[in-house]
Amino acid sequence: MTTQTLAKLPGRSTFWQDYSLPLGYAVLFVLLALSVDGFFSAVNIVGLLLSVAQIGMVACTMMLCLASRDFDLSVGSLIAFSGVLGALLLQQTHSLAIAIGGGLVAGALIGALNGALIAYLRINALIATLATMLMVRGLAFIVSHGQSVGIADATFIGFGDAQVAGLPAPVLLAGGCFVVFGVLLNHTVFGRNTLAIGGNPEAARLAGVRVERLRVWIFALQGLVTAMAGLMLAARITSGQPNAAQGFELDVISACVLGGVSLAGGKARIFGVLVGVLIMGTLANVMNLLNVDVFYQYLMRGLILLAAVLLDQLHSRGGRA
Amino acid sequence: MTMPALQFDQVSKRFPGVRALDGVSFAAEAGRVHGLLGENGAGKSTLLKILGGQYRPDGGRLLLDGEECRFASAGDAIRAGVAVIHQELQYVADLTVTENMLLGRLPRRAGLFVDRRAARERVAACLRETGVDLDPDARLATLSIAQRQMVEICKAVLQDARVIAFDEPTSSLSHRETEILFRLVRSLRDQGRTLIYISHRLEELYALCDSCTIFRDGRKVAAHPVMADVPRERLIADMVGRELSDIYDYRARPRGAPRLEVRGLRSAVGGPIAEGQDFSVHAGEVLGFFGLVGAGRSELMRLLYGADARAGGEVRLDGAAVATAGPRAAIEAGIVLCPEDRKEQGILAQASIAENINISVRRHELRAGLFLRHRREAERADAFIKRLRVKTPDRHQQIRLLSGGNQQKVILARWLAEPGLKVLILDEPTRGIDVGAKNEIYGLIHEVAASGCCVIVISSELPEVLGIADRVIVMRDGAISGELPRAQANEAAVLSLALPDMTTTKNSGAPQ
Repeated sequence: MTTQTLAKLPGRSTFWQDYSLPLGYAVLFVLLALSVDGFFSAVNIVGLLLSVAQIGMVACTMMLCLASRDFDLSVGSLIAFSGVLGALLLQQTHSLAIAIGGGLVAGALIGALNGALIAYLRINALIATLATMLMVRGLAFIVSHGQSVGIADATFIGFGDAQVAGLPAPVLLAGGCFVVFGVLLNHTVFGRNTLAIGGNPEAARLAGVRVERLRVWIFALQGLVTAMAGLMLAARITSGQPNAAQGFELDVISACVLGGVSLAGGKARIFGVLVGVLIMGTLANVMNLLNVDVFYQYLMRGLILLAAVLLDQLHSRGGRA
Repeated sequence: MTMPALQFDQVSKRFPGVRALDGVSFAAEAGRVHGLLGENGAGKSTLLKILGGQYRPDGGRLLLDGEECRFASAGDAIRAGVAVIHQELQYVADLTVTENMLLGRLPRRAGLFVDRRAARERVAACLRETGVDLDPDARLATLSIAQRQMVEICKAVLQDARVIAFDEPTSSLSHRETEILFRLVRSLRDQGRTLIYISHRLEELYALCDSCTIFRDGRKVAAHPVMADVPRERLIADMVGRELSDIYDYRARPRGAPRLEVRGLRSAVGGPIAEGQDFSVHAGEVLGFFGLVGAGRSELMRLLYGADARAGGEVRLDGAAVATAGPRAAIEAGIVLCPEDRKEQGILAQASIAENINISVRRHELRAGLFLRHRREAERADAFIKRLRVKTPDRHQQIRLLSGGNQQKVILARWLAEPGLKVLILDEPTRGIDVGAKNEIYGLIHEVAASGCCVIVISSELPEVLGIADRVIVMRDGAISGELPRAQANEAAVLSLALPDMTTTKNSGAPQ
């Protein structure tokens, strides 16, 4: 028998590593509630949540992309395209099902195309999705002739305005996404294998994970959810805007990184992403309340992102010792 | 005796929760090769890292030629004349031999421009002096692993290192490359340098070392001033802390009918397997695959497993053809592979032990075809940790923090968990693993074979293949060159099939 003293090894995640971000956010929230006039009111909090509903939805699937060691720059363009497409289909057919279904299918297909380019043709994710980002933005302008496409259908607009228990539909939909993708990440083979291919694609393949197929599914889901967010945005602003959501992809990726998702793949927590999204939204909200110039808001967002990533690196270095 | 060139005096090093070195004293004289032995985690690598300036000891002193040294960085160690050749070599692949050997110290002209001619001459002279046959202008990326290692050693010589330490330098070298390395080490010794040599291969230590020191659990347990006087059994007993009479622990098993049949397998991705290869494995059989590095053993197994694309051939298991759609299809059929490169191809480094065990088998037990059964997975992980004696605090531990032997046990558990396991392929299952864990892995191999499965073991260590296999297949230049039953498999017979030489060509004409 080899009974040797069992050495306790370093590198386990500790309480502070796991919960420093949510606790930090809670402290920030309380401080802001106490110090900033108008922050802690139902109207403002709902407005805050509404402002990050789109980012929140797409962050759920972006988390999967990042966890599998890829990322997707095309989501901003896809938000615009799916909104424009939905609005056009609604104008032409007056059918809600066709408008929404068409937008979602187009999104899923564009996502699957991204996935196929990356998985089967082995194009670097940065390049592949940069290309689709440009192409899809182009498509949005082409189909709309560069004009915004108005929406008159009251039911469709209703989706953006509807409220249940005081919460707007987009917020509930985003909440639903967090639940669904949280379950997907933590309680299904799909989620675990996503982390596995992000951690080590070759080892995952040899362990029986069908890596290429999985990548296509991840991106197809990303496209689907992004199209959903695009249609929701179109309903809220009662039009499909071909130039909507510029820079949106970077906000989504920032939120994920803030939430502790590793760009190197293999690491993701849905709760972290939720907090990341809330931090982004809260900071923008507070800076607006305090009338901070937009120019300075950019500066602050960049600084906060850097600070969060540096903190995370300190953590993981501490764990490696 | 003169003053030792290198001396560790009561050196200790702790990590959170681990005492890696516990008051270790150790001395080495110049002009000799000193072997360091011990199982993984015994403290050898920590010792080398202190020597190389990567770690600072918590207590004790390090003396070079009687003078105490305190290295704050790897640079300090180099300036003091100490070089450590790590398992993972440190080079820039896109730079030339010359540039790598003079990295950061390239001679300059006018303080700005690289003096290429001077650099090249210095390197060429050094290569000549050490008897290494390399082009100073070759880029490292174009060289073999062995050649890159030579570059690193020559770099140490160029830096005028008096103490050179090697950490498992032969783990990825072929026989011939190992011989070249040994010659170089001996010539460095004869120049009066102090050499420290770590290896798990006892044969090598006997061939190369003048003396040896044995570590276990962070302490020095024995020191033998004359290597040749120490019997092998004594070394193993010192390392493991118990007697291991026969580490292979071979037990004859009844051989069943042929189960796995491979016909005309050849590669579509290039590489060595150009001609169709045939072989078969019987139920309850351990089939050893031997060959020199580059003979195509791993490539053949990757073809069988569906990891690489096939240009032709078929695999039949229990009479039925196995689908060719990739590793997943092979796993569904009951064929599994533990890859050669554990770190890059085997483990999911950041994931837990439990995750690494369950990644494949969980597909059989999903709730509603979709949701994981967390409790069952946890129970399975705990059961395997206990059964295979994986040394870990618990199943949540990240696998990258385990020693090589324990990582290998976890990968084995991943496949032993498969209910439909029929063919277990192990590619270099004991590389870089200590004697105790080796012995346990051999035990598992026999257990799996005794249950009626086929086991294929690839190994570069001849004694291991001879020790555990019922039958040995030898490969050479991408083709199977012969097959020997256990009774006829001896070193000479296997090597004559493995070496690209005259004996077989004389008898049977050209091999291809």
